[in-house]
Amino acid sequence: MSIFINEKTRIVVQGFTGKIGTFHAQDMLNYGSKVVGGITPGKGGQTHLGLPVFNTVKESVEQEGAEASIIFVPPAYAADSIMEAAEAGIKYCVAITDGIPTQDMMKVKQYLRKFSPEERMVLTGPNCAGTISPGKSMLGIMPGHIYATGNVGVVGRSGTLGYEAADQMKRLGIGISTSVGIGGDPINGSSHRDIMAQFEEDDETKVVLMIGEIGGPQEVEAGLFAKEVMSKPVIAYIAGLTAPKGRRMGHAGAIISSSGESAAEKVEMLTELGVIIAPTPSAMGETVARVLENL
Amino acid sequence: MDIHEYQAKEILASYGVKIPESGLAYSPEQAVQRTHEIGGNVWAVKAQIHSGARGKAGGVKICKTHDEIEAAADTMLGHKLVTHQTGPAGKICGRLYIEAGTDIAKELYFCFLVDRVSERIVMVGSAQGGMEIEELAETNPKAITKIYIDPAVGLLDFQAREMAFVLGLEAFQISQAVKLIQGCYHAMRDLDANMLEINPLVVTGNGELVVLDAKMGFDDNALFRQQKIAELRDKTQEDSREMAASDRGLSYVGLDGDIGCMINGAGLAMATMDMIKLAGGEPANFLDVGGGASPERTEKAFRLVLADKNVKAMLVNIFAGINRCDWIAEGVVHAVKKIDMKIPLIVRLSGTNVEAGRKIIADSGLPILTAETLAEAAELAVNARNQQVAKEDTA
Repeated sequence: MSIFINEKTRIVVQGFTGKIGTFHAQDMLNYGSKVVGGITPGKGGQTHLGLPVFNTVKESVEQEGAEASIIFVPPAYAADSIMEAAEAGIKYCVAITDGIPTQDMMKVKQYLRKFSPEERMVLTGPNCAGTISPGKSMLGIMPGHIYATGNVGVVGRSGTLGYEAADQMKRLGIGISTSVGIGGDPINGSSHRDIMAQFEEDDETKVVLMIGEIGGPQEVEAGLFAKEVMSKPVIAYIAGLTAPKGRRMGHAGAIISSSGESAAEKVEMLTELGVIIAPTPSAMGETVARVLENL
Repeated sequence: MDIHEYQAKEILASYGVKIPESGLAYSPEQAVQRTHEIGGNVWAVKAQIHSGARGKAGGVKICKTHDEIEAAADTMLGHKLVTHQTGPAGKICGRLYIEAGTDIAKELYFCFLVDRVSERIVMVGSAQGGMEIEELAETNPKAITKIYIDPAVGLLDFQAREMAFVLGLEAFQISQAVKLIQGCYHAMRDLDANMLEINPLVVTGNGELVVLDAKMGFDDNALFRQQKIAELRDKTQEDSREMAASDRGLSYVGLDGDIGCMINGAGLAMATMDMIKLAGGEPANFLDVGGGASPERTEKAFRLVLADKNVKAMLVNIFAGINRCDWIAEGVVHAVKKIDMKIPLIVRLSGTNVEAGRKIIADSGLPILTAETLAEAAELAVNARNQQVAKEDTA
């Protein structure tokens, strides 16, 4: 298995006929992802990249059995597209779009809560590189060839730092079950913890690598989950050990996010929670290797 | 994006919130002129810089005569104010806000913030205003109340009432307070603010509620639909290099070290800076060039990094996904030739079209050091920096 996507997952692209949507849809097809069509309102009925174009996500679900979607819609319209996917019955959605207003994301999260947990679409992103189950399916904008197949589940905020991790592991002969980008925005679809819960249930995943960074509460939340619920080892690297503190944080912002925001604090708390720390970004691969050897 | 106090107050006033009589001045003469328009016999002269804690730094003066107004204006205008929020560099004051004196009976605190845990706007209030909220959070956390706002229905009147009672207001002030709190919330929501702080909210001698200081910050992602807010930007209050970077669509933060960095992706940029530090160096900057770095963009990024004269070596670390290593390599070669770089350059390329990229660098004949891994790149950069410093010392 893998999480969220595999070779059978039927994918549609929202923002299909635009330049970016076209480029990455082709790239996903080349990787072997089962892209079955796309959505561009007003261009329904046309054919693009040899695949059907739909006016609405709902039509793509009804006519092509779409299960997963990927969003390349510009920031002003992206939140609407995410909610459209949720309403249409898409099960898993990746939002690539960078620059969605925070209040739009609050609305999206509130909207998703109206569905029962069984019916609720899982959203990852926005502002992420997407998700890949190596050798099976790629729902994202990553360079697919750097990922080897294997048993490590990867979750991270940053796209390129995730590539770095995949590359280090591949050089050591280690592969990945699924790698999920949760994105760099303050409010995102799924947290580190949400993704870890999926990895805990996945037979193919033996260990989890979490790639975190400064700011926000999610890494420590995930650490708590790892300690209390997970049976699988969790390894973490937190970027930004040398980043200056809270330059852009407003005066009042510090009150809610006062403790645990810096990388050093996160590392300390995660260590206490039993998470294995990769001390440097170039040690992500070897730390995972060491943990795998001791399984 | 931050705005000035006077801009925040004008916005709030347009939402029906009561602020003191006031006016803006760019010179001591104008400052005096404003007092005539405002009337009364006590005024506050307030330096308009993007920072709180201005009072302690001498940025707020209470004046009773025109001579005092002129003197206060003279000490502030054109001068640097250093608060604990601005850092040692301080901020230049170019505008003054002249305000009628307020008869203060009580100082209260409240603010709205985006809370990342609940993914909602949260309203925070305390009957102990005036002091800094971080201080209060440490010394007396129980004095702070938080009320979470459902994005589907917005701030409800009962919640605003609850806050009014938390603030210790009396029955006859409640409807006034609800109107003020709702006004602030609507400004926050309608204008895509991510922070709105009223400190202090003042109860006057005759029981009126007045906003004495206000601070607003806005969601940069939403500025495309908040044209009027975007126009309030005061570029003199922002780091000039960071400003130049954002005008070019690059994300840059200046730091104190001497190894310049150009990296794609914020996470990889932070990780690379960590590696530099671990190798014994200090990064001069954070710079994310983002996806799709064209040769023009790469050249701009180079110029930005090299504009910092402290930089003794430069490290380029690109893991190409959307980017392609051959494009980046072309951009790097183009930039080096055009700028005539005098300091060592280390390039680490990985990802899409890496072989083609490395070949372009190798074939260029330029003295560029290349690395395969992140660790190697950081070490090379620190060594090159040390050699450069030694060379400059002997020269």
